[in-house]
Amino acid sequence: MTKALEIRNLHKTYDNGHVALKGIDLEVAQGDFFALLGPNGAGKSTTIGIISSLVNKSSGKVSIFGHDIDRNLTLAKRHLGIVPQEFNFNQFEKVQDIIITQAGYYGMRSTVARKRCEHYLKALGLWDKRHESSRMLSGGMKRRLMIARALIHEPKLLILDEPTAGVDIELRRSLWDFMEEVNRNGTTIILTTHYLEEAEQMCNNIAIIDQGQIVENTSMKKLLGKLQKERFILDTLGGLQQKEFNVEGYLIEPRDDFSFEVEVDKTQGLNRLFTELGKSGIEVVSMRNKANRLEELFVSMTR
Amino acid sequence: MNQVSELRANWIAFETIFVKEVRRFMRIWPQTLLPPAITMTLYFVIFGSVIGSRVGKMGGFEYMKFVVPGLIMMSVITNSYSNVASSFFSNKFQRSVEEIMVAPVPHSIILLGFVMGGVVRGMFTAVIVTMLSLFFVSFTIHDYLITFTAVFLTALIFSLGGFINALYARKFDDVSIIPTFVLTPLTYLGGVFYSLKALPEVWRDISMWNPILYQVNAFRYGMLGRAGMVDISDAFLVMALVSAVLYAVCLYLLNKGKGLRH
Repeated sequence: MTKALEIRNLHKTYDNGHVALKGIDLEVAQGDFFALLGPNGAGKSTTIGIISSLVNKSSGKVSIFGHDIDRNLTLAKRHLGIVPQEFNFNQFEKVQDIIITQAGYYGMRSTVARKRCEHYLKALGLWDKRHESSRMLSGGMKRRLMIARALIHEPKLLILDEPTAGVDIELRRSLWDFMEEVNRNGTTIILTTHYLEEAEQMCNNIAIIDQGQIVENTSMKKLLGKLQKERFILDTLGGLQQKEFNVEGYLIEPRDDFSFEVEVDKTQGLNRLFTELGKSGIEVVSMRNKANRLEELFVSMTR
Repeated sequence: MNQVSELRANWIAFETIFVKEVRRFMRIWPQTLLPPAITMTLYFVIFGSVIGSRVGKMGGFEYMKFVVPGLIMMSVITNSYSNVASSFFSNKFQRSVEEIMVAPVPHSIILLGFVMGGVVRGMFTAVIVTMLSLFFVSFTIHDYLITFTAVFLTALIFSLGGFINALYARKFDDVSIIPTFVLTPLTYLGGVFYSLKALPEVWRDISMWNPILYQVNAFRYGMLGRAGMVDISDAFLVMALVSAVLYAVCLYLLNKGKGLRH
């Protein structure tokens, strides 16, 4: 089956001598929801820039749905939609005009463009703002505008470069729902984000890029399986300071009178911990991960 | 995608860029169409009523009649150039040029869309200035086809020039350097205000290297029926050649991603 994205031995050295990519290989399957993660300056934006032909590559191959960007750039571009990190639309244009103009660049007839524009602006909650100048929109609305713009030609591969940066939690969740629906309808999505919870929740596969190289490329499940230890915070009914408790095999660190932290090895499980706590008269009322699981792995891999 | 639908898609893309460009300069008419009207009216008042009557005949015509084609060309040159230079650079500056670059629009279509926007502004300005000139002097156009072709080619050449300027420009100042230090002197020395015959021989020979001279004189021929010392077919040959070279340079720079891709 043709890959949605295929990158082979991609190198990029900028004119100032900075080596941004040191030979990247990457494959994204059709229909996937793929996370491309990495710290700032790791090479994510350069990679996306090359895929979207906004950055010249030094060497290597990039194919979008089997269309090599060196040999068949026009067809490759037809399959691609990009939501960049920075706002890149004319701030003095009206919301609807930005979308319709973009449709025109893709050679879309105005009647089709207008119908799709209405559909996406409604789906992203921007229909009421369609006649407003784009500079009057809030940051979150501007991001949604760029998503609508990227979808107007109904691409088969959508790249979202930090689409929820600076967006409040409620809106972020609604965007997640929207992106999941787009993915369910058959669009392959590549997501870069600094909210690792977002990647963990939505993506099936993941690549981590660091210093211009892919340091991990696997399924989310396998990656999380590599986590050997997890730290939890347990909240109790209180009175911890009056009690002496220690459970053999578990590293326990009190936080305050009502909660404590515990480090649990993957091989141990939690049943014995709860049994022992019960014997000591400690009633646990809630439990949560201290840090996002993916975050712990990410930090260890890109340290 | 078959060839017909690709052609149709390219046409829609061209139309989108072109219409957007025309709408842009029409929307901001106080900044684009009004200034040349005011400036040229001042020129007509000064050269027609104040100085012109004392100059006498130039190139076989009353001075006012002689200077009108030159002034029309001057406004065509500056307006077509600045339209493309400022519009494309502001797209670059706001990064909205990326909208076009990620789309499957051939570079030739991007170039034609922006350049034809500049050509239309140049021609629009020519019509406005010509109509204003009729308040000061009466004339009948000698040859409509030559007049139109000369304006069209001039607007085309300077729109292409403006495009190159915008590709190289990194800040807004870079967009005004060429008009100030290159275009204005060349236009003033390009036979707008005087006949080449009035110059000493050395300056006459030097002036023959000024491409603007050919445009101004070809246009003057179209309007008044005399081209001064310039051969009309040479003038059109020079304009066609310069247009072709500039088009090729623009396309080469676009393909290379000059000023657009790192």
